[in-house]
Amino acid sequence: MALTLDDVNRIAQLARIEVAPDEAGEVLNRMTGIFRLIEEMQAVDTTGVEPMSHAQDVTLRLRVDGVTEHDQHQLFQSIAPQVEDGLYLVPRVIE
Amino acid sequence: MLNYTLKELAAELAAKRASSVEVTQFFLNRINDLGKALNAFISVDDERSLAGARAADALRAKGLAGPLTGIPIAHKDIFCAQGWLTTCASKILSNFVAPYDAHAIELFNRAGAVIAGKTNMDEFAMGSSNETSYYGPVKNPWDALAVPGGSSGGSAAAVAARLAPAATGTDTGGSIRQPAALSGVCGLKPTYGVVSRYGMIAFASSLDQAGPFAKTSEDLALMMNVMAGFDARDSTSLERAREDYTRDLARPVRGMRIGLPAEFFAAGMAPDVAKAVDDAVAEFRKLGCETVEVSLPNMQLSVPVYYVLAPAEASSNLSRFDGVRYGYRAPEYGDLADMYKKTRGQGFGAEVKRRILIGTYVLSHGYYDAYYLKAQKLRRLIAQDFVEAFKKCDVIMGPTTPTTAFNLGEKAGDPVQMYLSDIYTIAVNLAGLPGMSIPCGFGQGTKGEGDALPLNPSNRPVGLQIIGNYFDEARMLNIAHQYQQATDWHLRMPPALA
Repeated sequence: MALTLDDVNRIAQLARIEVAPDEAGEVLNRMTGIFRLIEEMQAVDTTGVEPMSHAQDVTLRLRVDGVTEHDQHQLFQSIAPQVEDGLYLVPRVIE
Repeated sequence: MLNYTLKELAAELAAKRASSVEVTQFFLNRINDLGKALNAFISVDDERSLAGARAADALRAKGLAGPLTGIPIAHKDIFCAQGWLTTCASKILSNFVAPYDAHAIELFNRAGAVIAGKTNMDEFAMGSSNETSYYGPVKNPWDALAVPGGSSGGSAAAVAARLAPAATGTDTGGSIRQPAALSGVCGLKPTYGVVSRYGMIAFASSLDQAGPFAKTSEDLALMMNVMAGFDARDSTSLERAREDYTRDLARPVRGMRIGLPAEFFAAGMAPDVAKAVDDAVAEFRKLGCETVEVSLPNMQLSVPVYYVLAPAEASSNLSRFDGVRYGYRAPEYGDLADMYKKTRGQGFGAEVKRRILIGTYVLSHGYYDAYYLKAQKLRRLIAQDFVEAFKKCDVIMGPTTPTTAFNLGEKAGDPVQMYLSDIYTIAVNLAGLPGMSIPCGFGQGTKGEGDALPLNPSNRPVGLQIIGNYFDEARMLNIAHQYQQATDWHLRMPPALA
């Protein structure tokens, strides 16, 4: 697999991270090196191996379907970049 | 007071030979002086810490003091502590004052411990040298040219330089054990699920685990007695009976079987590290332990597997940083998508961006099976190796790191070389096992790959890694404690900082 500049730009778009055109080459170089390391995985046959997603084989707990959080929106919004009338402000999405 | 263990400080406080205000002021003075030179802390708040100390003294006056009441503890800046700036060493959280406490912080507060400050770290815990911090690198207290290790570099340096008697850290791929080794202190990563992740800023949720740094194994046990415990707010917190981690410290270790994985002692380990680890193993034999050879055949794969799984989880976890609800927002932007992209492009450092991009790629359409699923299957094989190994031994030992501390800047430009410095620690996280590192000697370091010419005086600490089976922390602390009764590596401190 060979990554290209187009891949870098596509992934950056998916990740919502601005990568300046003059940075993209450097990002590509570094990622290519890291993927060379990652490709070592392909040398091992894993046919029939059950994927392991977690360190402990436990199932998620159930809890009582009750209210456990109280309203702290003023506290939480006190550290927001832009708030008005209890709402978070972002650039207009719908005209 | 400088070299007092937690146990000794607790005795001083209990006997009223010192107040918490005095102890806290003593360490704050060191933090504000030496701590600045080492860049070990991101946030120090004398008034807030001293208020905690006064509250602890009041608690003691009422007869309500516990073992850690009144003792200042430094916390990695990854733990939310209400009212404290909590940055995770990132520009994107550089203005984030936590509105709540992490569970670990809650438990230390409840125990009457004092917050000594928030320690420097690699940005979002992504790094092995503390060089990715937005606040600049931490210097190794033993040698200012060297890195302290990472990601919990500030916590390790703080304990090594005696800026705090103990500290907290987190370990996703070695971030407690590796800096403990390179900075010459003790560090423990508990079994996954033993310490709650609530309020601990997430990096790779299936691997992240909090744990303590201290000067002695006994102190690690005292820290664990506070930190460990079930918390319903972390869905992976394990419901287990409370343990006293000090319970087995005094137990003789005669007959204990130590597994030595052939892969840990193969080529790649620097000669100075090999010598110190061999000497430590010989000491354990003198204590009556038996050694057996074990094998972890898939260990080499742990680095590539980790660099798929951890970035994948990170790309998801770090999507929450978008400049809307908290943290940094770019000063200028066009539409909403532009705001996200500029905020994240400016707010994250190069290594964090790299990992988010890798994670996004391996999870993207058409690549999931080849990378993410493949890595999860290999994770199973790596974990299975440990199951087989523990059929033959009680604990596993080996080096924590392939070399002693490298120099600042030496690996900063080469991510793959940096990643490979975690070769001995990552498999433990993938399996979810407990692991610890304790000081076992000093080395000179090397000039770099393949070059064994002595470069430095013998002042770079070597760490011995002890890996236990699931929930075997008390046994690991026991064997480490017995070693520390027979040796004095853990009592050394950087001479220049006395």
